[in-house]
Order: sequence, then structure tokens, then C-alpha cells
Amino acid sequence: MDQYTLNLLIVGATFALYIGIAIWARAGSTSEFYAAGRGVHPVMNGMATGADWMSAASFISMAGIIAFGGYDTSAYLMGWTGGYVLLAMLLAPYLRKFGKFTVPEFIGDRFYSPTARLVAVICLIVASVTYVIGQMTGVGVAFSRFLEVDKETGLYIGAAIVFMYAVLGGMKGITYTQVAQYVVLIVAYTIPAVFISLQLTGNPIPGLGLFSTDVSTGQPLLATLEGLVTDLGFKSYLSQSDTTLNMVLFTASLMIGTAGLPHVIVRFFTVPKVADARSSAGWALVFIALLYLTAPAVAAMARLNLINTFYPNGVGEATLSLAEIEAGTDAKGQDINWVNNWAKTGLLKFDDKNGDGMIQYVGDKDANELTVNNDIMVLANPEIANLPGWVIALVAAGGLAAALSTAAGLLLAISSAISHDLIKGAINPGISEKGELMAARVSMGVAIAVATYLGLNPPGFAAQTVALAFGLAAASLFPAILMGIFSKRINNKGAVAGMLAGLLVTVVYIFLHKGWFFIPDTNSFTDADPLLLSIKSTSFGSVGAIINFIVAYVVSNATEDTPQEIQDLVESIRIPKGAGAATGH
Amino acid sequence: MADKSSSNAYWAANIRLIRILLVIWAVASFGCGILLRPMLSGIGVGGTDLGFWFAQQGSILVFLVLIFVYAARMNKLDREHGVEE
Repeated sequence: MDQYTLNLLIVGATFALYIGIAIWARAGSTSEFYAAGRGVHPVMNGMATGADWMSAASFISMAGIIAFGGYDTSAYLMGWTGGYVLLAMLLAPYLRKFGKFTVPEFIGDRFYSPTARLVAVICLIVASVTYVIGQMTGVGVAFSRFLEVDKETGLYIGAAIVFMYAVLGGMKGITYTQVAQYVVLIVAYTIPAVFISLQLTGNPIPGLGLFSTDVSTGQPLLATLEGLVTDLGFKSYLSQSDTTLNMVLFTASLMIGTAGLPHVIVRFFTVPKVADARSSAGWALVFIALLYLTAPAVAAMARLNLINTFYPNGVGEATLSLAEIEAGTDAKGQDINWVNNWAKTGLLKFDDKNGDGMIQYVGDKDANELTVNNDIMVLANPEIANLPGWVIALVAAGGLAAALSTAAGLLLAISSAISHDLIKGAINPGISEKGELMAARVSMGVAIAVATYLGLNPPGFAAQTVALAFGLAAASLFPAILMGIFSKRINNKGAVAGMLAGLLVTVVYIFLHKGWFFIPDTNSFTDADPLLLSIKSTSFGSVGAIINFIVAYVVSNATEDTPQEIQDLVESIRIPKGAGAATGH
Repeated sequence: MADKSSSNAYWAANIRLIRILLVIWAVASFGCGILLRPMLSGIGVGGTDLGFWFAQQGSILVFLVLIFVYAARMNKLDREHGVEE
């Protein structure tokens, strides 16, 4: 069977599974649509949260970023997991006790302020839409590379699948589909990693293989890699080149941002009890850790394999020649067709600058003749390691599962903010449950259409806006929710002033470095030479959060006390008892 | 409904637990993974040092333990203070 048929078969089978689940898990009430009827087992919810959280960025990009960035990029590993500790202890159980459907609803009720709710809705929509664009473009890329359909068709197919289970099933359909998608994506990520770890170290567990001996050199794998990258003049893989200040703030921003992203928070509204919300965060991290403990191994091993492909006889010996790339086999007779396959996509480029017929891969920018996009390290990994065709097909299905599951979670967060917070909360409070359910489905459909349009015509700044999504979640939503639970003193004025201050300062700092509204050449600073100390714009979310805390505290203390009923509300969300009764409106 | 003084004691115990666990959270990630890495550089782990391991894997394992310890301790606290569901 050829590769194309295999890809079609495996991806087709996973899609059939998702549609089957959609038909089985239709939502009949708003509680099912927004919170899956609050009947999801904590382990199942943990698995769904894993798929919801792990996007195309985790599945496709992260290992590539680490492969080329080494130790400095550990912030991604710590940041994107450490946020779950904050969620489990500081947010999830209390928000589950509160028992409503959306994050803006909590902020609006706790700070007895429609303005606060509106600010939260805006933050939620901006953060989620920027995120969704990345997922939709990821779907298009995966389709065009593996199924040989053009990007547009791929995107329409992906959107149609999401439409099926998200519009029909709401949170209920999304949850059960995400459980299936988690299984697909973790199998797809782990199998090639196990093969490669066995080839390089003889250890079947990639996370342990990373710290084992490289069988070909007899040295520890990381020592071999470090020797190669430094010999070739690249920056060290093991030592720190970023400043400590920026690394700490970047890690903190990713942690706080993770805990503050609404599509992750709402997942904890679906479990039956407050105690389940706590353990479910732990299960979510178990399922996320399965991928995140493997990712640094995939990174180091992929980099090692890449260097070995271009230096088949070792560094200092003859490198891969253009003739060998053309022929698809190197001097030792190894299959290297993947170089040509990926060169066609433009994500891998080589250019024989010195005209010697060989491709030199070195750290010196002027002499280097090979550029490799971060994103191909995971997708090309099975081909680099000469793994069987079904593994390649599985990786395609895994990449699609990661992108689709995150897109669905984000679309639900967007549509419930519109139907529940804007339509029911502000425009038409008297709407019937049936009417609201219809409004939720229509806004979901519109959100999918907008996301598809943006996926087809991605704004040039799509990659930069991820910093914006995390910055907004970290600087506005996380501090507001945290203070709403842990302080009775923070009042409506303090919360609104804090959110706006954190938001404005963060957005301005990002715009100063990335350009106003991301328009090129309107920036006054660059991340290489930032405005404040060594703080890059991507690391500023944690500073924005601190500003939010300070402003909210000062303004609240200068204004009147919170009303008694709000103090009672805070008292009640702090204890688990009575959570069942709080279900519903 | 639990009485006022009992729920205050419950909340104080919760805050105390969170404080201890978040100190460990910060020491594992920001501490061992970044700030204290130079001090841990003498301890070798498979071709590199302990700080590198904490930054890439160790902190994640610590996070996992922290969440499950918190969930278990809170279940016990819920029962002791009679505020469980």
C-alpha cells in the first residue's frame, strides 16, 4: 500500500470516529451544551483537558523549538505544565463551586459589575480568536502535506468535522471527541519517539533515553549532541544564553497565562464535584506530562539525527552532497528522501553558497547552507529515522487531532461568551433556554465560519499574536479571578481598574516591540534590545499581572467596602459543600 | 451549612497548605530549573547536570506530585471540617 493510501485510511478512520461520537453525544440543554451536564468523570475530563490544551503548538512546534533552542527553551516545558498547579489550587475548585457556565460570568457576578464582565468577554474573545487562527492554519498544513489536497479543501474538511460535533454536541460532544483525540495524538507522538530512542540509545522510554548512552559513540546522548553543536559553531544546547531575568519572567508568564486561558478553565466546570475539579487537574497534567516528558527527548534526538544526516561520516568529514540529496541516498546507502520531500514544502531549504557541491550545516550564518523550520522536526521525524509508512500516517492523524481538539475547545469558549455573556447576560436576559441553546449553536456556527476565513487568509502577524493571547490571559483574567476568590476586599472599581491597567500596559509593551496592531515597522524596540532591562515582549504577561494586582489593591482600599452579599458569595465558593445545588442558572 | 468559625478554620488550613505547596512549586521550577542551576552543576545526570534535568523533566514530575497531594489533603480537610459534598 502506498503512503498516500495509508495516510488517507488512518486519517479517515479517526474522522469517522469523531463523527460517530458527535451523533452519539448530542446536547439537549444549555447545561449539556456549556458544561456537558456536569457529568464528566474526572479522569475523562483530564484526558479531554489534555487534548484541549495540547494544540498544534505543543504537538508540532514545541519539540522543534527545543531542538534548536536547547536549555533556554525549557521555559515552554515548565511554563505550559506549571500552570496546572495554579489551576488546581487557586482557581478550578472554587469556580466549579460557583457553578456557572463561563469565566466572564464569574467576574461579572463577583465584582457585581457588567463592565467587568464585558472587559472579561473582550479579553476572552481576543485571546481565543488569536489562538484559533493558529489551529486552523495547522489543519490546512497537515492536510496539504499528508493528503495531497490543497490547503483550502483541507481547511473546509476540518471545519466541517468540527462543525458536526461542536454545533450538535456543544461541550458534551467536544468532551467525548477530545478523549478520542487525546488517544490518537499521544499514540502518534509516542510511537516514533520510542523507535528513535531504541535506535539511538537502546532504551524504549524516550524520556529516559534522553539521559542514556548514545550507542554509536558510547558517550551520554546529550554529551554527544553538545559536542556536535559546539564543534559546528552553534550555540550550546546545554548551557544558558538567555538572561536569567527574562527566563524567569517568561516561564512565569506561560504559567499564569495557562491558568488564565478560559477554554482550559471551563473544562473544570464539567465535573460533578469540587473534589473532582482538584483531582481532574492532576489527571490533566498526567496526560499532558506523557507528551511533555517525551518532547525534550524528541527534540534532542531529532537534532542529533539531523546533524548525522548531513554529516554521515561525522563532523569534520565530507558533508552530504547535492548529488546525494538528488539521488535520495547518502554515501552509506541510507535513504534520505525526506530531505527532498520537505524541501518541496519550503520548510527546509538548502543553498550551496560556496559552490562546492556539498551542503554545510554550521552555526556561522554566512557559511551555513541549510535552514530548517522548527515545525518539521516532529512531522519529519519518522521519515528521518526511516520508520514504516503507517507511523508517518499516524503522525498526520495526531497533528490533526491536536489542532482540531484545541480549535473546538476555543470555539466553545467564544460561542458561550457570545450567547451566554452577551446575549443572555446583556442584550436579552429574558431569553428562554431553548432560545439560548439556539443562540449558542448559531454563534458556534458563526465562530467556525470566522475561524475558517481567518485560516484561509491568515493575517501576517498570526505567529506573534500567541504572545498576545498569553499576555491577555496572564495580565487580565488570571489576577481578576484569583483576587475574586482569595480577597473579599477587592471591589468592582478595583477589579475593573486592575484588569484595564494590566491589559493596557501589556498590550502597549507588546505593540512597542512587535509593531502597533502588529503592523510591520511601527515598533520602537525589538525583543533583541527591549525597552525594560532584558524583558522580551513575550515575557511581559507576568509583569502585567503584577501591575493588575497592585492597581486593584490600591483602588479597592481607596474606595468603599464590598457589599455583604458579595462577601457571602466569596464565603460560599470557598467551601465545597452545596456545589450540587449551585448547578444551573 | 458549616458554622462560621469552622469554615474560617477550614479556609486557614487550605491557605496554609497552598502556601507550602507553592513554595515547593517555585523551588522546583524557578529554583532548581533556573536560579539554583549553577549551584547544582556539580551533580551530573546523563551527560548534563541536575538543573537541566529539573528544567526539562524534573519540575513536571514535581508538579504532578503536588497536585495529587493537594487533592488528597483537601479531601481529608473537607471531611474533618464537615464541608464535603
